[in-house]
Amino acid sequence: MEKVTLTVNGFTQSVLVESHETILDTLRNRLNLTGTKKCCDEGTCGSCTILMDGKPVLGCLTPTLRCVGKEILTIEGISSGESLHLVQKHLVKSLGLQCGFCTPGVVMTAIPFLEENPHASRNEIKESLSGNLCRCTGYKKIIDAVENAAEEMRS
Amino acid sequence: MTGAIGKPTPYIDAVQKVTGQAMYADDYKFPNMVYVSCLRSTESHAKIKSLELKKAEASPGVVAIVTGKDIPVPFGVLSISRDETAMAIEKVRYQGEIVAAVAAETIEAAEAGVKLINVEYEPLTEFFTPQDSLKTCTPDEQIHAHTKDHKNIHKTAELRFNEPEKELETAKHKQTGNFKFAGVTHGFTEPHSAVAMWNGDETLTIISATQVPHYLQKNLSKVLGLPLHKIQVKKPVLGGGFGGKSDPFPHEMIVSFLSKKIKRPVKCTFSREEVFITHHGRHPTEINMSLSCDDGGKITALDADIIIDGGAYGSFGVVTSYYNGVLLQGPYLIDKFGFRTRRTYTNKHQCGAMRGHGAVNPRYAVETLLDMMAHDMEMDPCDLREKNFLSDHSSTVGEFRITSNGIRDCIAAVRKKSDWDNRYGNLPYGHGLGVACGFFISGSALPILWNRYPQTVVHAKLDFDGRIVMFSGASDIGQGSDTMLVQIAAEELGIPMDFVQVEVSDTKTTPVDLGSYSSRVTFMVGNAAKSAASNIRREMAKAISKEKDTPAENITFKNGRIFTNDKSLDISWEEGVEMAMAGRGAFVESGFYISPKLGGNFKGAGAGLSPSYSFGAFISEVEVNPKTGETNVIKVWGAHDCGKALNPLAVEGQIEGSIHMGLGQTMSEEMRYKNGQQLNANFFDYRIPSSLDTPDMDVTIIESNDPEGPYGAKEAGEGPIHPVLPSIGNAVFDAVGVRMMELPITPDKVLKKIKENA
Ligand code: FES
Ligand code: FES
Repeated sequence: MEKVTLTVNGFTQSVLVESHETILDTLRNRLNLTGTKKCCDEGTCGSCTILMDGKPVLGCLTPTLRCVGKEILTIEGISSGESLHLVQKHLVKSLGLQCGFCTPGVVMTAIPFLEENPHASRNEIKESLSGNLCRCTGYKKIIDAVENAAEEMRS
Repeated sequence: MTGAIGKPTPYIDAVQKVTGQAMYADDYKFPNMVYVSCLRSTESHAKIKSLELKKAEASPGVVAIVTGKDIPVPFGVLSISRDETAMAIEKVRYQGEIVAAVAAETIEAAEAGVKLINVEYEPLTEFFTPQDSLKTCTPDEQIHAHTKDHKNIHKTAELRFNEPEKELETAKHKQTGNFKFAGVTHGFTEPHSAVAMWNGDETLTIISATQVPHYLQKNLSKVLGLPLHKIQVKKPVLGGGFGGKSDPFPHEMIVSFLSKKIKRPVKCTFSREEVFITHHGRHPTEINMSLSCDDGGKITALDADIIIDGGAYGSFGVVTSYYNGVLLQGPYLIDKFGFRTRRTYTNKHQCGAMRGHGAVNPRYAVETLLDMMAHDMEMDPCDLREKNFLSDHSSTVGEFRITSNGIRDCIAAVRKKSDWDNRYGNLPYGHGLGVACGFFISGSALPILWNRYPQTVVHAKLDFDGRIVMFSGASDIGQGSDTMLVQIAAEELGIPMDFVQVEVSDTKTTPVDLGSYSSRVTFMVGNAAKSAASNIRREMAKAISKEKDTPAENITFKNGRIFTNDKSLDISWEEGVEMAMAGRGAFVESGFYISPKLGGNFKGAGAGLSPSYSFGAFISEVEVNPKTGETNVIKVWGAHDCGKALNPLAVEGQIEGSIHMGLGQTMSEEMRYKNGQQLNANFFDYRIPSSLDTPDMDVTIIESNDPEGPYGAKEAGEGPIHPVLPSIGNAVFDAVGVRMMELPITPDKVLKKIKENA
């Protein structure tokens, strides 16, 4: 076990972790941040997406030791309190989710994407979500939601 | 409808889901909890010669190890085929079957323990294809001892009406096809997970990702020898099911047994590979089907011989066997009709129920034959179908009662929206349009386990705070049934939705519901919820009428007010609640649903009986590259008759999700095996469509207002998948002139056919 210092959702703390451990397991099992989901644990579904220094990474492929000294942001850190992020608001409104298991990963993919590409076309949005497996929605309403969020962000 | 019903309504748990607060099974943690890892068989069919646990038992952190002999009572969702045990006893029947389970302080310690178990196997003859399983074998080679005539046939289902074979022999217009379908799996995103706790009062609580808490409770009772009233099954938020979580599972037996044994909370969560191995998906299927028509294009007969590859255990297989045949009785009127389905056991992962249960592959076959017929008779494929639709309020040859039927509106809608009449047959080579229809049950009229109880009961509770709580065993698996309960109560009582909350899927606190399968929830639970909430209204009206001296029948509940038309009474919801509470306090009202008695008197008459049926028509547009065989589905127009959309957003979501899943099975998904080992037990190699593969979708909801559905509603969760697959196949024919008789339609198959055609 190694003692590491992690900054997650703005809070810095020391945690004991295994050297081979992924940040997904550290978040879920040691920090009790279970909002990030484990669907495949092998980099194929996007449900474990988190932000490292603002960039989306797959939690199941990222060793915890690589997160030292970085700012980690998880789904729990997105809407602290009252208001939902616009991406979340539109996912709710357009039913861009059914079972919701892929949803945290979708949110964590769409937010940095829209921040970098506020004028993204529908096709670009589709492309940006191609790493996020959703088995329920057929993607249409997810894409609608992200498109609507982009529009509201611009206005 | 003046309230919540019929309005596009976001899910009541959507905010929780979108913020990561929703709790799924694996998110639960309890003090002193241990973790389970399973040892899985490396053989497909073999005797277990020896099982050596000593080293594993001594491994650090290992708390307990169990093997098949510890939990020997067989279980299964159907009482007629309880052929599975929690772990293999004496022999294994497929690669990946659980042989032993290790509970330890951490998951790593459990996994380390598993590696130290030594198993010796003695190989038995392996059966990997249904053709092998149909042959006679020695008793020793039988996968299960209970199969008849020394063959590995699990079930033969056969029904026959009015000698279709005679008609087909002499028919002038006849089409015959041999179809092959690869097995596909649900691919829900949340892996199976369960945590069990043995409580101080000698009761068991299990939190499990299940679609069927009630059947799990029943099977746990049998397997553990524990009375039903000592078992609490709770379904947390569920990350998708599609039929894949509608059986009781070995790991649920294992964690429950272990928690009782070691008196500690026990958790087991599967890896993605284990989810693939657990499977229970759509059966690999071979269909030989013939269809005939008269000169006018009226269908005269249909006959099908079907073989489904069940894998190592029974699951829902007996039902699947029947559904492969009986659900061909709609949406077309066919008087001379017959089928035989044989389900074989093989040494592979077991198959079971998956969205569209049993009827998806035969639907592909019949819709393809109809397309071939139309082509040969030089008729428009839509016209041919329209000549043959069942009418509303009629009956099928197997005595299915047809009530509402919006099929004509469905086909008219997609025909118009896709500009079919101008475009079909006129697109350039490589582009094509295809049409297909569908038909599905809206809940099975017969429960899986025969009993005298209703199929569902809902309790509605009113308390002094003015809040309504709906108690229901219904399992929201992402389809939105919790939201439906709230909408219905709000509608019946004329209050805003935020006055209504739910308590659901907990066998200790909620009345029995049979589960989320066979598209039964909206129809059955919806009806029960409606009557529970309207009983609350009746009780309130009674109290108010007494206090205000107004006839109860004149009282209206609407927009949070309770009033009479002449406004001699006009009070707020809260005032009404106060009057209803006076001298009585909080009360609960009940509502239930029982199917009417339906069906014929012959053996097999119960299969596919439903109080109502859904209908649909879809058109797909494809682009095929004749040089590479690559097929792209560009657009799908789907019209589905769901009776009445209680929540149009949710209905659209079900139709769009069905298009996605149908597209996957048609184009890319396939459980691939070599010598019993799955070659693609991961999402890299098992190709589920991504957002980029998603075609444009144009969804039309048709409302035929079913006379018995709640507010006219019937199902929308499974019916819409059926037409998707054949509409794509038929579009490929329109594009490049080849008939795809095998799914998935991969580029190599298309190319081969194009070359053969040239
Ligand atoms: S869990 Fe990380 S990509 Fe699937
Ligand atoms: S909403 Fe269920 S997987 Fe996306």
